[in-house]
Formats: sequence, structure tokens, C-alpha cells
Amino acid sequence: MLAKPTTKETEGRNPFLELVRYVRNPRLRREMLAALAFLAPSLLVIVVFVYLPILWALGISFTDWQAGTTRPARFVGVQNYVDMLTSGDFWNALKTTLYFMVLKLPLDMVLSLAAALLLNQKLRGMSFFRVALFMPVVTSMVAAAAIWRALYNPTTGYFNALLATVGIAPQRWLRDPNLAMPSVVLVALWKGLGYNTVIFLAGLQGISRTYYEAAALDGATAWQRFRHITLPLLSPVTYFVLLIGVINSFQVFSLMHVLAPDGGPLNSLEVLVFYLYRLTFQEFRFGRGAAVSFILFAIVLGLSLLQQRFAEKRVHYE
Amino acid sequence: MSYRLGQFFGRFASYVLLIALSVATVFPFVWMVGTALKSRQEVFAYPPTLWPSELHWENFTRVLEMVPFLKFYMNSLIVTSAITFFQVLGAALAGYAFARLRFPFKNALFMLYIATLIIPNQVTMLPLFLLVSRFGWIDTYQGLTVPFLASAFAVFFLRQFFQTIPRELEEAAVMDGASRRRILFQIVLPLARPALATITLFIFLSEWDTYLWPLIVTNSEAMRTLPIGLRFFVEESGSQMNLMMAGAVMAVVPILLLFFMAQRQFIEGIAMTGSKG
Repeated sequence: MLAKPTTKETEGRNPFLELVRYVRNPRLRREMLAALAFLAPSLLVIVVFVYLPILWALGISFTDWQAGTTRPARFVGVQNYVDMLTSGDFWNALKTTLYFMVLKLPLDMVLSLAAALLLNQKLRGMSFFRVALFMPVVTSMVAAAAIWRALYNPTTGYFNALLATVGIAPQRWLRDPNLAMPSVVLVALWKGLGYNTVIFLAGLQGISRTYYEAAALDGATAWQRFRHITLPLLSPVTYFVLLIGVINSFQVFSLMHVLAPDGGPLNSLEVLVFYLYRLTFQEFRFGRGAAVSFILFAIVLGLSLLQQRFAEKRVHYE
Repeated sequence: MSYRLGQFFGRFASYVLLIALSVATVFPFVWMVGTALKSRQEVFAYPPTLWPSELHWENFTRVLEMVPFLKFYMNSLIVTSAITFFQVLGAALAGYAFARLRFPFKNALFMLYIATLIIPNQVTMLPLFLLVSRFGWIDTYQGLTVPFLASAFAVFFLRQFFQTIPRELEEAAVMDGASRRRILFQIVLPLARPALATITLFIFLSEWDTYLWPLIVTNSEAMRTLPIGLRFFVEESGSQMNLMMAGAVMAVVPILLLFFMAQRQFIEGIAMTGSKG
């Protein structure tokens, strides 16, 4: 009586002819109207607050709209995109974002996998360690940034006091152009480690014990078991963590904005979204800001597509 | 003998590493609480102390006199609850339609939802801001909530779950001529309780910490959500590190308490939405 999955049924057919069939048949019509009523609320929100704005933003990116001036916006074609390629601030923002990603991701992956392997042992007190590691994850990003700003403070913070005990000169941390990004990355690692650890842990627990038992019978060492069983079988999870890590790196903003509201020394913390925010909501250069947002979109889209193709070839799925 | 010894050292090393890791994650919280209770003089003591010599609880009342923290809490609670409720409700409806009902353009519509997942939300910020100002919603609860009342991720997540529920459970009701709405609310949703709890917690946690949009759309102090209120307080408190940390404590502790009480749900929810999303 109930409908079978529809994907096969409707595949390859002309949806417009389908529509006619649905309208004519009273039973199908009732089902279609029910579906329409079910979809309506979320569809309305998505169309009005996602698709409409996206098109609007694309339109704005082809104008020289500068808010707060009397000069009317003019259509300038791809001028904003061309200007971007010669803008030092844009390249700085891109470089800063990539630097953040390159510094953070490898450390994040290795540390969270190591933590997951440690937590995956049948030892006493594991739930305590799991909770300790997860505490920063549920902490608000702004609060986390505030705590670390206090820790990094060159005069009243704790880190310089720690350095002094081992005889190292005080550092300026977030105010030092060379140290600013590593300092931010440390906060990001602290904040995100527990999240990825939990994902890795779920992946580890999904690997069947029989593989390890067979390997133990063959006399495999712990390293061989890790290298030839754990790593390959964990690769879908590793890929997921990496993909999300890359995409999130391009969207990082609040962390920098609280740690260094001015973009850091020599703009060393002005990542892409920070730059986008400054252009759009502080300098009100709407046309230019919209263009930057589309470049961000293109990067995220390109990365997702690229990694998807890569994953199909390389990732081992059980 | 040597195997036993190796196992012992393995365990010992594991504990040492785990303790080191936990100290590193917990230490900033200790620093936060310690600093929040310091006197103004002790903040500037050299070398800095980790734990204050006297506990100055009045720092918290001083923060509450400077900024309306409770108001920020209320705002965050109102905004996050509204967004979470409508996202879950809308996703239950749409997820059920995609999992069970037959209708034309089904695949195309599903793609329309899924495609929103790869759109970085920063791209829509400017037009959303323009749209919301045209509606006259700047600095209002509508402005903070309405643009985010639907979530494609939640639709996808619940659709996946609904597909695992056996159809037979609904068949009798269909034979009796029950409406789709009744089937969803009286048969399917009660069975989907664990999935609903997971997605609710997940949405609540991520919306609770939203930063960019409330930063853009609020002007007055009275409309600030907790992250934005705390952010401006961090700027205003300047070198008064004890007050800054007292503010952080007030923002962090309630959520941490909630986490300690329901840590299994938190962690398993993350593992579930993460690995299946």
C-alpha cells in the first residue's frame, strides 16, 4: 500500500510529465500536496534567505557600490575581481589563511589521532580523560579567546612567567608578527582537539576486533597493526576530518577577531573572512566585499570537489 | 615476563601522556577561575600567581554592574531556542517528505537543499544584512532568528534516520486513512526520539556560539547575545584582567555544568553527527 522508494521510479522520466500524472491521479495528488505542505516552511526559508541573497551578492560583486556615499552604484563588470588580484591586502589575507591551515591541520590530525588511540585502550579512568579533553569544545569561542588573551598578556599573563622560570626572555605573543599566528594556532588546537578526537574514537571503535586478533596470531607488532590495519580502515574518517578541517580553516574568524581586533601586528592575523568583514562592514565597500565573498565561495567549492575526486580514488572503504 | 613488563610500561606511558594532555586542556580553565577571583593589585603581581591569595567574589557583582550579562543570557537563550525549535520542526517535516512521500521534482528539490551545505555563510552576510534592514529588523529578535530557521543539514540527518524506520509500522495507519501529519507526529517522531535529541543538541550548541551574524545585526547593548556581549566586555575591561575573566567564567560555567551532567549525550551526539554527516 505504501509507496516504494521513489528515486528509481521517477528516474529518467520527464518531471513535467510526472507533474501532469500527479495532478490527474487523486491519490498521487493528495500525496504531492502533503509533500508540498511538509516542504513549504523550510523551502521558503532556504529560498528567501539563502538562494535569493546568493544571487543578490553576485549582482553586488559586479558593482562599485560604496555605502555611506551619495554616489550611486555603477555596474563595473569583473573589475572588483581584477582589482583583487593586484590588492596586497587580498593576497595577505589568503596567505594568512593558508598559513593558519598549514600550521594547524597536520598538528591537529596527528594529536587528535594520538589522543583517540590512547583513549581507545581498555584502561581505567578513560571517561575522565575524555571529559577533560572535550571541555574546550563546549566552551564558547569568545570565552576561549578571552582566556588565552589573558594568558598571552606580556605583563600580567602566565606564559611569560612560565618562560621566566626556565630563563627565557618574555615574548610579545599576539603582538609579535612572527609569533602571532603560532599563538592563535595553539588556541585553535586546544579548542578543537577534543572534537576530532571523538570523531577518530568513533572510527576506531568501528574497526572489527577480528582484524587485530588475526594480526596478533601472525605475530604482527603494534606498529605493523597500526600501519596496516588501523590507518587504512580509518581512512574514511581521516578524510572526513581533513575535509572539514580545510573548509573550516577558510572560514575562521571569531578566534582572530577576539584575540586581535585590529588584525594583529602587520595584519598577520587578518584571515580571509576577517578581510571580508573589514571591507564590507567597516569600510562599507559592498562591491569589493561581495567579490571577496565569492572568491571564498569558489575556493571552498573547488576544495570540496577536488577532495571528493581524490577520496574516490584513494580512500579505502570497508 | 618481558611481555608483562612491556604491557606495564605501555600502560604507564599511556597514563603519563593522557595526564599531560588533560593538564594542558584543563590548565586554561584553572587560570580563568584563579584570575577571576584576584584583587586588582594581584592581577599585576610579578611573578603572576596561578591561584589568588584572597578570593574576591565581589568581582562577579562588579561585572554585573558594568554589563547586563543576564540580559545577554536571555537573548542567547531566546534566539538559540527559537532557531533550534524551528530547524528541528522544519527538518522533521521535510525529512519525512524526502524519506517517504512521492512527488515530482523530488531529486531536484533534495539537491536544492543539499547544495546549501557547501555555501559558506559569510557569502550571504551582506545581502542578508540588506534584506533584514529593508524589513526593519536590524537590532531585533526577528533579525537574529528568522534568516536561520531552516537547516539543510538537519533535513538530511533526519531523512537518513527516517529511512531506517521500517515502513510496516506506518502501513496500518495508512490503511486506516490517517493523514500524513498524524502518521508523522504520532508514529514516526516518537520512534525518532534519539535522532531528534541528537540533532537538537547539535544545532543548539552550534547556534549558541554564533558570532558573525549577531555582531553585524545588533547595535544596542540590550540586543547582544552572549558571545557578542562578552566580546565587547573583553574590549571594555581592558587591563582589568580579573573582571575580564569573571565575565568569561559567567559565560562558560553554565554550559560546562550542562556538559558535565549530560556528557555522554554531548560526546555521542558529536560522534554521530560528525561521522554520519
